[in-house]
Amino acid sequence: MQSHVMTANGLADGAVVYLHASGRWVRDLQQAVVADTAEGCAKLEALAEEAVRKRLVIGHYLFAVSLNESGPQPIVQRERIRAAGPTVGTDLPAGRQDAEV
Amino acid sequence: MYRYDEFDFAFVKQRVDEFREQIERRLAGELTEEQFKPLRLMNGLYLQLHAYMLRVAIPYGTLSSCQMRRLAWIARTYDRGYGHFTTRQNIQYNWPRLQDVPKILEALAEVGMHAIQTSGNCIRNVTSDPFAGVAADEIEDPRVYAEILRQWSTLHPEFSFLPRKFKIAITGSPHDRAAIRVHDIGLRMLRDESGAPGFEVVVGGGQGRTPVIGETIRKFLPSQHLISYLEAILRTYNLLGRRDNLYKSRIKILVKQVGIEEFRRQVEQEWEAIRDGWQLDLPDAEVTRIADYFAPPRYEPQEAIDLSFATAQRQDPAFAQWVRCNTFAHRQAGYAIAVISLKPEGGIPGDATAGQMERVADLADRYGFGEIRVTHEQNLVLPDLRKADLPALWQALVEADLAVPNVGLITDMIACPGLDYCNLANARSIPVAQRIGQRFADRALAEELGPITLNISGCINACGHHHVANIGLLGVDKKGREFYQITLGGRADEEAAIGDIVGPAFSYDEVVDAVESVVTTYRGQRQQGETFLQTYRRVGIKPFKETLYGTG
Repeated sequence: MQSHVMTANGLADGAVVYLHASGRWVRDLQQAVVADTAEGCAKLEALAEEAVRKRLVIGHYLFAVSLNESGPQPIVQRERIRAAGPTVGTDLPAGRQDAEV
Repeated sequence: MYRYDEFDFAFVKQRVDEFREQIERRLAGELTEEQFKPLRLMNGLYLQLHAYMLRVAIPYGTLSSCQMRRLAWIARTYDRGYGHFTTRQNIQYNWPRLQDVPKILEALAEVGMHAIQTSGNCIRNVTSDPFAGVAADEIEDPRVYAEILRQWSTLHPEFSFLPRKFKIAITGSPHDRAAIRVHDIGLRMLRDESGAPGFEVVVGGGQGRTPVIGETIRKFLPSQHLISYLEAILRTYNLLGRRDNLYKSRIKILVKQVGIEEFRRQVEQEWEAIRDGWQLDLPDAEVTRIADYFAPPRYEPQEAIDLSFATAQRQDPAFAQWVRCNTFAHRQAGYAIAVISLKPEGGIPGDATAGQMERVADLADRYGFGEIRVTHEQNLVLPDLRKADLPALWQALVEADLAVPNVGLITDMIACPGLDYCNLANARSIPVAQRIGQRFADRALAEELGPITLNISGCINACGHHHVANIGLLGVDKKGREFYQITLGGRADEEAAIGDIVGPAFSYDEVVDAVESVVTTYRGQRQQGETFLQTYRRVGIKPFKETLYGTG
């Protein structure tokens, strides 16, 4: 099965976040937990729904990734841009100082 | 320009307080996202790819210097130090935090601004000619009626849940700088035989996945009937417009389905029913009251020919080029309109930093009458400048990186935020615009090419107005890769036309070369003095197809 990562946006700031193995939400895709079974995906779905109920995140969904030595890599351009920020050169994504929600 | 009265200020403040409470309830868990989403959209707050996005209304694109400074302050305090001016003459902030939004709205309310009806299925910000009130070819200032429409449409109880969003544009000049024929309702001011002002009313235009040039529903509507007639159009649409299919819910689909004749009949029938009994006609006193807000400033008599201005152009070719490209005829002798291009080479179309906004505000105060306009081409306008002040103004713009002499040229591109920011986009727009800007950075060449509109949309929703561009680029997704379909021959003015699709789409890497190929073909086919559109109309699409695809 294709590997998947759970993503959402933070409720308070709208920032792109990924579900970590601990159940926390992190800004760095490389730290995201990867599911490669239907059961694994269902578990991520349940954790995300719980986070929605706790008002941590909104708009959660799973997306497909490939894996390399540095971690999960987005396959489609939309997720690449969500992970890395706008590609327009003058508007870099926020620093990593608040790496979790 | 219009200034809020006590009622306006109280109303907007009340609305800010209401939305603050709604945000608090959302953060406290009393509202789910499903419940909250329509509320935030009604206040212009979207959730985009990376963050929330707040769209602030700039009614008919007119701003005071004080309002511009406040927009700059908000950009610096609550965003990342810049704002993005849009094709609806609005401004968008790309990075606000949810809990800061009430503070932003409060700051806006203090200067008579808000974000109401910048989203949702309601009547959106009425757009107009950015040269309104100062254009040499104008019949009357359309902002008087734009403001009346703003007041009529704001929180109109019957039209707050239309089948789909609804956009109105109005121009007071024969030359359409407001793209009225691609709006749900377009209004073009005319005079009847007696000289009384009125409007040609165009209905059912639009872009998006089904581009349509609007049709004239009424050749001449006396201006005092404006509200009642628009009320009749909106009522007819509200009743008959489809609500079961998002893609068929705009008025343009309804007009196409029933036909303009039948739609007109129904509107006129409705109008007959409401026109006399509902007291919707505009009382002269009210029109005069609103018109007083837009009274021309006190122009100083100027020499018909200012020698210092002429000398400055002779002495400095760069200044002369800026004057040729970026200034326009003013109705007052000795004055000029200047467009400040927000399209620097390699820049983001429509973006201005907080510092640039403040500089423009300062220049509006120093050389104009403190007024600024936003164009639907994503530029800014200083509408009232003495020609004698233009050399000093230009020098100040050069220092602020705001003096690019490319208005109306190929590098004056409209580009939507695209896949870099927008949740709906399929492909990036801004980096393509940046690369095209770099490819055609030779200012002499760009000017030699003559007027060319080049617009880029990152998806079929067409926020980048690609359908009505001379050269349009539409971003599409092909198996996760960005491709761009090219259209040729579109235009947004009084002879509005939808561009023709030239052939299969080009990849992100190929598209700039493809644009250059279109331009090279034009140069090869061009007869002396022709514009791109004139050449295209004369030779047709075939030579462009041949150079792009090697086929006929």
